[in-house]
Amino acid sequence: MNTSDSEEDSYNERSALVQCESPTIPSYNQDHDMSLPQETDSKQRRSVSSGLDEPGPVEQERAATPEGEEEELTLKYGAKHVIMLFIPVTLCMVVVVATIKSVSFYSEKTSQRLIYTPFEEDPNSVGQRLLNSFLNTIVMISVIVFMTIILVVLYKYRCYKFIHGWLILSSLMLLFWFSFMYLGEVFKTYNVAMDYPTLAMIIWNFGVVGMICIHWKGPLQLQQAYLIIISALMALIFIKYLPEWSAWVILGAISIYDLIAVLSPKGPLRMLVETAQERNEPIFPALIYSSAMVWMVGMADSSNPNSADQRQRNEGGALAQEGVESEDDAALGGRRRFSAEEDLEEDRGVKLGLGDFIFYSVLVGKAAANGGDWNTTLACFVAILIGLCLTLLLLAIFKKALPALPISITFGLVFYFSTDNLVRPFMDSLAAHQYYI
Amino acid sequence: MTVAVFFGCTFIAFGPAVALFVFTIARDPLRVIFLIAGAFFWLVSLLLSSLVWFITVQISNKNSATQQTGLLIFGVVLSVLLQETFRYGYYRLLKKANEGLLALSQEDTMPISIRQLAYVSGLGFGFMSGAFSVVNILSDSLGPGTVGIHGDSQHYFISSAFMTLAIILLHMFWGVVFFESCERQRWWALGAVVLSHLVVSCVTFVNPHYQGSLIPTYIILSVMAAWAYLCAGGSLRNLKLCLTCKDKDFLLANHRPR
Repeated sequence: MNTSDSEEDSYNERSALVQCESPTIPSYNQDHDMSLPQETDSKQRRSVSSGLDEPGPVEQERAATPEGEEEELTLKYGAKHVIMLFIPVTLCMVVVVATIKSVSFYSEKTSQRLIYTPFEEDPNSVGQRLLNSFLNTIVMISVIVFMTIILVVLYKYRCYKFIHGWLILSSLMLLFWFSFMYLGEVFKTYNVAMDYPTLAMIIWNFGVVGMICIHWKGPLQLQQAYLIIISALMALIFIKYLPEWSAWVILGAISIYDLIAVLSPKGPLRMLVETAQERNEPIFPALIYSSAMVWMVGMADSSNPNSADQRQRNEGGALAQEGVESEDDAALGGRRRFSAEEDLEEDRGVKLGLGDFIFYSVLVGKAAANGGDWNTTLACFVAILIGLCLTLLLLAIFKKALPALPISITFGLVFYFSTDNLVRPFMDSLAAHQYYI
Repeated sequence: MTVAVFFGCTFIAFGPAVALFVFTIARDPLRVIFLIAGAFFWLVSLLLSSLVWFITVQISNKNSATQQTGLLIFGVVLSVLLQETFRYGYYRLLKKANEGLLALSQEDTMPISIRQLAYVSGLGFGFMSGAFSVVNILSDSLGPGTVGIHGDSQHYFISSAFMTLAIILLHMFWGVVFFESCERQRWWALGAVVLSHLVVSCVTFVNPHYQGSLIPTYIILSVMAAWAYLCAGGSLRNLKLCLTCKDKDFLLANHRPR
């Protein structure tokens, strides 16, 4: 028996959509840069460079401190942005691993499958199992490609209402139904007695606040927390319902697809990003985790050119030199608005698609679910973080939207299989004799 | 075999290291990144040594226990040598990165000095090494069971925790001394670090006679601590000033970022 169609539709399209947002940062529009007022620029440079002691016009300053200072700033700001992504990714993984280790529901294998993985894996025959997992992968990837293309077409033809309705439906599903399921399983595990009215109140409040935070306005940290929670919930669903071998093959195939979709000129994700840039619009906030303020879409009080600028600057959040100058724009723009927003706008931050969170957590969760070995989980965790770090480094070098999945997932897969098969027996023998290396 | 044992052993094993992380590393994103990169390098070295060990085990006689123990000892020695090799590799990588930055930058100050990198990378190695040694044991200690029911030592958990603590701190000190000796081209110091690592690992072969393994390990720990302190620029005078709160530099350092 399969779970209902609409559920899978919504959460699968979420994964399809969000992994299309896995390009981290769209490329920054250079022309816009040059037209900005310069005073705050000089202030920024003064605060970080010890050598300069008077403001002076920015052109001279720029000549005096070429790439050197920017390199140091790049390194510092780059590092800050890397950490701003490490923390949510780590949190998501911790939630998933903690759930897998304590609530046995998510690691129990059932005969229920998603309709996207129709072929059953027969544990008896290796060849058949491999073949079926490849077929499952093909089905899943084609569904994802199809959904992504539909999304891009809808976006191109400006069917915003349809897209928003779709997103709202899927986040409704996640925030209400899946969190209800999750809470139910947690209560079962810890044998907590709970009555329906209380549960209804909890779920209702949780869901409604989540919808508001994700689709409209809300405190940044609450929005981030909700995005992490829904990514974790989605990852748990994948861990439960994807068959063993299919899950690994799907992870590999998704990272290849991500690479193609973001980097090739006709890739759907690249087209999505470019269209969004052309129109100076942010990509849907429900699909991207942002480490800095993004609710510009709902900003009604700023004058139009301002808000367009601000939106574009937020969109173009990149690490390198833009990072320095954009803080000036943000600081400048902030002064024209309420002071409450100023400190939020100081750092444009970095964006990562929710699909990346989901698939990283799927990898680490599956590593935690198989056997009781913590070494494998730790190894995958470190590998994914290093992959993310390398991706952000590449982002700083190339300054355009990059897929966040390939490097991390490759490292994660390599380390999972090698730690599980090679390191585990070694460490087990060492621990048995209490030898230390 | 209770929650108390679990928490006790966890805090023994990881307490000082986590405290070091929280107070000195957590605030600076650059240091956190280099810590995780150090952990990654240790992991790769472990992977390679496990690969070699696995291959040797596959081609050996699986029934002979002495052969298996011999192969394990070989695996330990190989792993230690590979770890130190990767530490050297990490040092070269960091030097290159630092040099590149310095060449481009007009300033003389680098965002992170090589000594800080030594400390951070040593701690990264230590965290990963300690975690891999002890995390499975800790998770087992939560569940039911009787320690040493087949005649093994009853002090398995606590001795593991203390050994792990020693190893983590040792990795940190080895990192500092290693990088310093590479900077000053003192190859004898490098050899001494590798040798002390080998000694610490080989001394664990006498487990479960813990007095034979823990005591030498802690002696080596204190020696390396003193050596690392001297390498980092400390001296008896500094120590006295610090302990009597007369060190102006130190007091000032609490009020401004260094």
